[in-house]
Amino acid sequence: MKKLLAVILTLAMVAAMAMTAGAESVDYSGVKLGAILLHDENSTYDLNFLNGIKEAAANLGLDDSQVIVKTGIPESNECYEAAMDLVDEGCNVIFADSFGHEDFMIAAAKENENVEFCHATGTKAHTEGLANFHNAFASIYEGRYLAGVAAGLKLKELQDAGSLKGDHPVIGYVGAFTYAEVISGYTSFYLGAKSIVPDVTMNVQFTGSWYDETEEKNAAQALIADADLISQHADSMGAPSACEDAGIPNVSYNGSTVESCPNTFIVASRINWAPYFEYILTQKAKGEAIDTDWTGTIATGSVLLTDVNEKAAAAGTVEKLAEVKAALEDGSLKVFDTATEGFITVGGEALASYTADVDTDEAFTPDTEVVADGFFHESEYRSAPYFDVQIDGITLVNTAF
Amino acid sequence: MSENREKKVREPLVHLTRRSIMSPAKAWGIRVMAVLLGLLVCGIVAFLLVDKLRQNPGRIGEFYYTFIKGSFSTPRKAWKFFKDLAILLCIALALTPAFRMRFWNTGAEGQTLMGIWGAIAVAFYWGGKIPEGLLLVLMFAASLLCGAAWGLIPALFKAKWNTNETLFTLMMNYVASYVVAYFLVVWVPSGSSNLGKLKYGKLPSLGHDYLLIILVTLLLTIGLHIYLNYSKHGYELNVVGESIRTAKYVGIGVGKVIIRTMILSGALCGLAGYLIAAGLDQTITTESVGGQGFTAIMVCWLAKFHPLGMILTAGLVTLLDHGAAQISQDFSVASDFPDVVVGIILFFVIGSEFFINYQLHFRGHEKEGSVK
Repeated sequence: MKKLLAVILTLAMVAAMAMTAGAESVDYSGVKLGAILLHDENSTYDLNFLNGIKEAAANLGLDDSQVIVKTGIPESNECYEAAMDLVDEGCNVIFADSFGHEDFMIAAAKENENVEFCHATGTKAHTEGLANFHNAFASIYEGRYLAGVAAGLKLKELQDAGSLKGDHPVIGYVGAFTYAEVISGYTSFYLGAKSIVPDVTMNVQFTGSWYDETEEKNAAQALIADADLISQHADSMGAPSACEDAGIPNVSYNGSTVESCPNTFIVASRINWAPYFEYILTQKAKGEAIDTDWTGTIATGSVLLTDVNEKAAAAGTVEKLAEVKAALEDGSLKVFDTATEGFITVGGEALASYTADVDTDEAFTPDTEVVADGFFHESEYRSAPYFDVQIDGITLVNTAF
Repeated sequence: MSENREKKVREPLVHLTRRSIMSPAKAWGIRVMAVLLGLLVCGIVAFLLVDKLRQNPGRIGEFYYTFIKGSFSTPRKAWKFFKDLAILLCIALALTPAFRMRFWNTGAEGQTLMGIWGAIAVAFYWGGKIPEGLLLVLMFAASLLCGAAWGLIPALFKAKWNTNETLFTLMMNYVASYVVAYFLVVWVPSGSSNLGKLKYGKLPSLGHDYLLIILVTLLLTIGLHIYLNYSKHGYELNVVGESIRTAKYVGIGVGKVIIRTMILSGALCGLAGYLIAAGLDQTITTESVGGQGFTAIMVCWLAKFHPLGMILTAGLVTLLDHGAAQISQDFSVASDFPDVVVGIILFFVIGSEFFINYQLHFRGHEKEGSVK
């Protein structure tokens, strides 16, 4: 009897060990992702999310039935309806990609405790106190800075060749709204360029829309009058195609535009959302909590640069970018470096202290000190950017938006 | 010259004659045929364009089922179907008095948006400062006023200077959209132009959040049917629509009727805006109406300006719309494809009206004197 018991116990142990070994690889069969997108693949912004979803689904081995995508969902009650419909379809991780979706996602999250609601670019997760509502963003300002370095190198080349339009290099920038995400983006881009050509200045023109091809093209054409190089934070092909027509170098955003702009496209920065989708699906599959605020970085593979277009870029761009990227990764270089004299100034003064509006309230009151240890701590207190300082060297052509 | 005239007139290959009256049964037969034909063409186009369908032709049945599934497969979808129908119907009803008067109001989009704006402005400034009930009443008044004002401006110009109302009302849509964009900048200091959901000014739920919207629209449909067919106002605007000279001859003040009717039309758009603002969104974007103001024109026209008929046409359009969105989701195609599907079916539906109103005669197939 004892022998038999020993055999059974041994067998049980082996079985138990086999089971724990099996648990090492995550079982994704129980997860189902539902995604809510503002537009469809015709918008570079939404296309970027779609690609991220496809990549993550392929990497994790999800089949078609485990991913549902709803496109063209406006920032209204329709978003709540879409989220609830996805719950009905059996999705247990629901994602929305547009800033204005947030309140409607929160409403749906309150009604479905067992479903995770993840929202990109939002600001309210850390104050809302819901266990199943999460925000995410990426430290895209690092990508913008790198893109700015590539722009700076091009401007340096033009300066050395004596082919600038004026007496110092000028960048033109097409922005969407005077909103922190945009301000953080163009400022880090400008600082990247400034690290190469210290006398650079930048003109920013806003369109008052995230996607308006005509307005973006018009703004780019207006800026080209003074600018030696154009970049943009807006989602259409308006600015890149205006640059290609005028033969002005362009640093793009969200994805490469090299196919339609072979002579002027230098490089583009973008957020890769695949790591985030993999993260939230893995956490759900393992039954573990998802971070309230998740900020992807260069290290997580969330902030990427496209291939440099050697035809338009300055010589040595690839090598310089690799060097700066390594410095950003090991933390020796900070984008919003407030310690280096003359790098970031406001009204001629160094930026020694700044209170940002991190916790969203109705009056948009600044609430958190974000400058410490010689740099501005962007995307640390929440994932969405909050750098909204107007620094010297950047002129806003219009501020109505 | 004179010998040319003696030449025999060649009979054209096809010529058209206007039909006298077709029996309703036959007319409806043609309409149903048109929808079926449209669906068939959709299937063929889908087969050519949708990868998932080409790879797996067995899913063609599922493709057609999706039209129903999009609106009725779950109770939530059914509620949403009737809610969306109600909002679209409400805007189409608002257009009806103007259209009956042959005043081509293409400004429902802007009038509705201004209705939403009025309600949201009141909720933004007074929400939480006055009792919720009073707030809802003020929002209601603001919606009607703003919608009416947006309808009144082109009507005044039409009545005084006979300006073209189609262009005028159309342009007012853009003005409304920029008014909203402007206030979003003023209201949202963070610069995102995203107002977020307001905490105050939500219509009470009658068991289900959408029930009130559906009931209000149902009452409005009946009310408008009575107004147009059995009231003096309704009679007057119909006469103005038939012939302005007749209206003048019988002593109807044409300018007065135009202005009165457009105030009504705008105010009803404002009502639709109120239902969207207080009943659904509690926020506003420049896209809050989402093109329904234009879709409503078609809904109204397809029903030949009959309020009760619009329940059917609004239902058809909503059904197609939901089905199309479901196709986009289930077959992972771009959201442009469903628009193609809806376009094809509506093309057939509108085209069928042509065959109901006209008869085709082919050369050689007609016996002498066969027509009348």
